[in-house]
Amino acid sequence: MPIPLLDIQGLTFEVDRHSILDRLDLVVQAGEIHALLGANGSGKTTLAYVLMGCEGYRPSAGRVRLDGTDLLPLKIHERAQLGLTLAWQEPARFEGVTVREYLSLGKPECDPEPALKGVGLDPGRYLTRRLDKALSGGERHRIELASVLSMKPKLAILDEPAAGIDMLSINHIIDIIRALKEDGGSVLLITHQEEVALIADRASQLCAGRMIFSGSPREAVDHFRGRTCVRCDGEVCGYVRP
Amino acid sequence: MSDLEALMRVLPMVGAEPAILDDMGTAHVVAQGHHILSRRTVSGLRVELEETPDALIGQIVVEAGVTIAQPIHMCFGLTHPTGVQQITIDVQVKAGAQARVLSHCLFPVAQAARHRMQAVMTISPGASLTYTEGHYHGLHGGMQVLPHATIKIGKGARYFSDFSLLSGSVGNLDIDYLVEVEEGGLAELSAKIFGHKSDHITLKESVILRGERSRSLIKTRVVLEGNACAEITGITEAHAKGARGHVDCMEIVQGRAHASAIPIVKVFHPEAKVTHEAAIGSVDKKELETLMARGLNPEQAVELIVSGMLR
Repeated sequence: MPIPLLDIQGLTFEVDRHSILDRLDLVVQAGEIHALLGANGSGKTTLAYVLMGCEGYRPSAGRVRLDGTDLLPLKIHERAQLGLTLAWQEPARFEGVTVREYLSLGKPECDPEPALKGVGLDPGRYLTRRLDKALSGGERHRIELASVLSMKPKLAILDEPAAGIDMLSINHIIDIIRALKEDGGSVLLITHQEEVALIADRASQLCAGRMIFSGSPREAVDHFRGRTCVRCDGEVCGYVRP
Repeated sequence: MSDLEALMRVLPMVGAEPAILDDMGTAHVVAQGHHILSRRTVSGLRVELEETPDALIGQIVVEAGVTIAQPIHMCFGLTHPTGVQQITIDVQVKAGAQARVLSHCLFPVAQAARHRMQAVMTISPGASLTYTEGHYHGLHGGMQVLPHATIKIGKGARYFSDFSLLSGSVGNLDIDYLVEVEEGGLAELSAKIFGHKSDHITLKESVILRGERSRSLIKTRVVLEGNACAEITGITEAHAKGARGHVDCMEIVQGRAHASAIPIVKVFHPEAKVTHEAAIGSVDKKELETLMARGLNPEQAVELIVSGMLR
């Protein structure tokens, strides 16, 4: 049995003694796109922050291994150097920093053009642009994905990668996610959009910080859409069948 | 080494090249203390500077309707650890004229010195002046740098200023600009300052929007480290219909440094509007974590955020 790329066991994260992640288990295999579904407030983004090691997101219990290495003692950049990265749902803006610099972080020799073309942006127009408020939300989102592409991570956590992307460009985002896999990487894909979730190899559903379902993406989407929450009967997550 | 050579040697620290002195199409003045070391003017530009024991006094005039193609370089500095440089200057950009001034203030070895600039700038109707002032200081600190200016912007005229002090330790920096803008005029004031060690920085920029549809922007970016401190005041008053102003101040404070930002906005007409934003603090956590998630260590991430902000 191969070692999973990401192996999460019993992960618990609490705020004021309230469990946001509750003894959560999840496995992502190498080369896998794994979609993570769940209602608002179910803990998806918190899981992303805990995995990346963001400040204030230290779990109280559990274990997380990436390619066999214990992640939890490591700082964010050490996790990134192991091949983990996160594309934020609302990407940060950087005054003065150009797109070229952002796509070449720590690798000045890196050619940023392929990654930019990969997300459908013209390098001639965008490489010298600055990552400030002049970029639209959709443009900034694409550049965030380009920076993940250019990093070639082992595991990319994408938090709502299609949020703010126009309807005609959703297929482009799907192509980018597939490109990450074709490059040899894996993706933990947090999404609310069915057409995006369905490109995954497997999918899981979170409710109130616990995994309540894992299976094929179709099964997970149907489970999410078609049934009242099996764990809390809708009392915690508010997820009940209309 | 001559004083001229000493100043030219550090000129690249503010982004200019000594070769500008040889360019017949580029006007320049180079002064050490109260002595003019080199000067050249071009057609449509009058540079009248007088050396006195206590100051360099004079005026710079861009004649009406003239566009000066190349930037006018003004290199001022002190090449010794101690000394005084006082500049009293009257800059006039006549109606419809356009010019860019690059002012290079160079103090590579100053330890207990004073540089004071008192300027009156008059930008006549329809004229445009872009004034860029770059400072280079050595590592000693101990200077007093006092750029004070009154700028009058006529009907439909435009004034852009960009002050930067990004290298070395200055000591005391006290900037005081007062700008008055007439009908349809525009003033954009930008300042970027990196304070180190025990630098003490006071920056006061006041804009009075007197005319209808006059506009202004005050944009300040300050980064402090060590024991440096800064007090930044951006004042905008709008007195006429359609006047629009904005004050934007951001400061990053590291180590034991401390800072205050005081945006003051006053509106005296119901159809005028002035807005402001100010932020002081450490490096933004989300920006930091985003860069670290791409593999930069915390020091590299802070350096990129700070250098970006000061561009």
